[in-house]
Amino acid sequence: MSRFSERLKSKKFIITCELFPPKGTDLTNLLEKAERLKGIVDGVNVTDSQRAIMRISPLAVCHILKEKGLEPIFQLTCRDRNRIALQSDLLGASALGIENVLILSGDHPTIGDHPEAKPVYDLDPVQLLKTARTLEKGEDLAGRRLKGIPKFCLGAVANPSFEPLELQILMMEKKVRAGAEFFQTQPIFDLKTFKNFKEKISKLGAKVIIGIFLLKSLKMAQLMDDIGLKIPKEYLKRLGKTEDPLKEGMNIAVDLIKNIKNECDGVHLMALGKEECIPEILRKAGLG
Amino acid sequence: MIISEQKPRKEILEMLTDRKRIFIVGCAACATKCQTGGEDEVKEMKRELEKEGKKITGTIVLDTPCDERIVKKDLSSLPALKNSDSLLIMACGVGLQTIGNLIDRLLVPALNPLFAGTTERIGRYYEYCSLCGDCLLDEFGGICPLTRCAKGLLNGPCGGARDGKCEVNDEVDCIWALIYEKTKEPLKTYYESRDYKKILQPGKRVVR
Repeated sequence: MSRFSERLKSKKFIITCELFPPKGTDLTNLLEKAERLKGIVDGVNVTDSQRAIMRISPLAVCHILKEKGLEPIFQLTCRDRNRIALQSDLLGASALGIENVLILSGDHPTIGDHPEAKPVYDLDPVQLLKTARTLEKGEDLAGRRLKGIPKFCLGAVANPSFEPLELQILMMEKKVRAGAEFFQTQPIFDLKTFKNFKEKISKLGAKVIIGIFLLKSLKMAQLMDDIGLKIPKEYLKRLGKTEDPLKEGMNIAVDLIKNIKNECDGVHLMALGKEECIPEILRKAGLG
Repeated sequence: MIISEQKPRKEILEMLTDRKRIFIVGCAACATKCQTGGEDEVKEMKRELEKEGKKITGTIVLDTPCDERIVKKDLSSLPALKNSDSLLIMACGVGLQTIGNLIDRLLVPALNPLFAGTTERIGRYYEYCSLCGDCLLDEFGGICPLTRCAKGLLNGPCGGARDGKCEVNDEVDCIWALIYEKTKEPLKTYYESRDYKKILQPGKRVVR
């Protein structure tokens, strides 16, 4: 069982964050950031060409992180691979000792840097969760027997700001039935959204790790607000007034974590390249 | 119907660069409805090509250029074809290829076929069907997620929608919100992965 999986099964608070693989083969920067996260977080998500921007394979990065003693969570999207490639990568992950997999549909190619690419979506995330569980039973989607059986700790994503929320909850329940053991959510900024969401997931039967986003500037916050992520006015004001928006963004993340940490299973920190801020945020939030 | 748009004139003229004697074929079905290859558009095309110095040997708007029987009956024996070095086809790719089965001339497409869709008004069309060979519309409140969800997700929405609009195009509703308004059942049912043997070429040949 992976360390992350053990942590999920315990009653302990879970802390995860994410690292973006680079465009290219130079991992120096990523590994420096990873080094600072060692022992501080329970899992590090490695994104799969996030925002549909082509980057180095998350599977390769997960393998290297694991060798360095970190606990990777392999993000696997349905966007670029058909069912043959998806199963193949799942088996590959398992053979490399990577058990934790976060399954998601993946941002559509048209919003990324290769908008001409053919979108795949052969399986959807629910079908892919189920497929991973099928592999664990020793057979593939075609019903063929496997030689050597993988084991996974499977997660999925959820969006607490989705409207209607009820639809998102039904979707989460379906993902749990298909095999999801944990969720990592899109960022929450607004406590009302959090409370509303929390009420509805009490009987879910999976751990829900709440997304916390590091706002680095007022402009970024406005952008997030524009796409529907409801940033409280107070935060916009704070970011507008300060000389040091990154520091204020960190303070906001700290406040958010303090406000929710006793009412959720864990937090997932999205620092968008400022991962070096994570230890300080956690310490100030009383989690370090 | 098959929704189509006209190719830009410039592109059509480039394809016709070395062509001198051109016969124009329109379509009385879908391309007429879309106003891309009906009587009026064929006339307009003739006028414009003549202005460019091309000789138009004749024109016809076929009932259904996608039907070999019609092409055989109404087009293939026309004397004007003998004087033509090429045919400009103002129909979809099915029409063009059907004509190509029967007539040995250079065929030039004047249209870009877009999708099988519905018409709100001329110029405003919505793709509704993927011609998948395995219709699921008894489920999903009669709305096709395979076609109308940008990712073709069968088991429910992704998290990308904002204010009920799709992450790919904010002028388009997240189709899952519409499905959900009609019925909650699809969110409670598990849908297996699709059998693409039935869906993708060359599996789509229906022979009886």
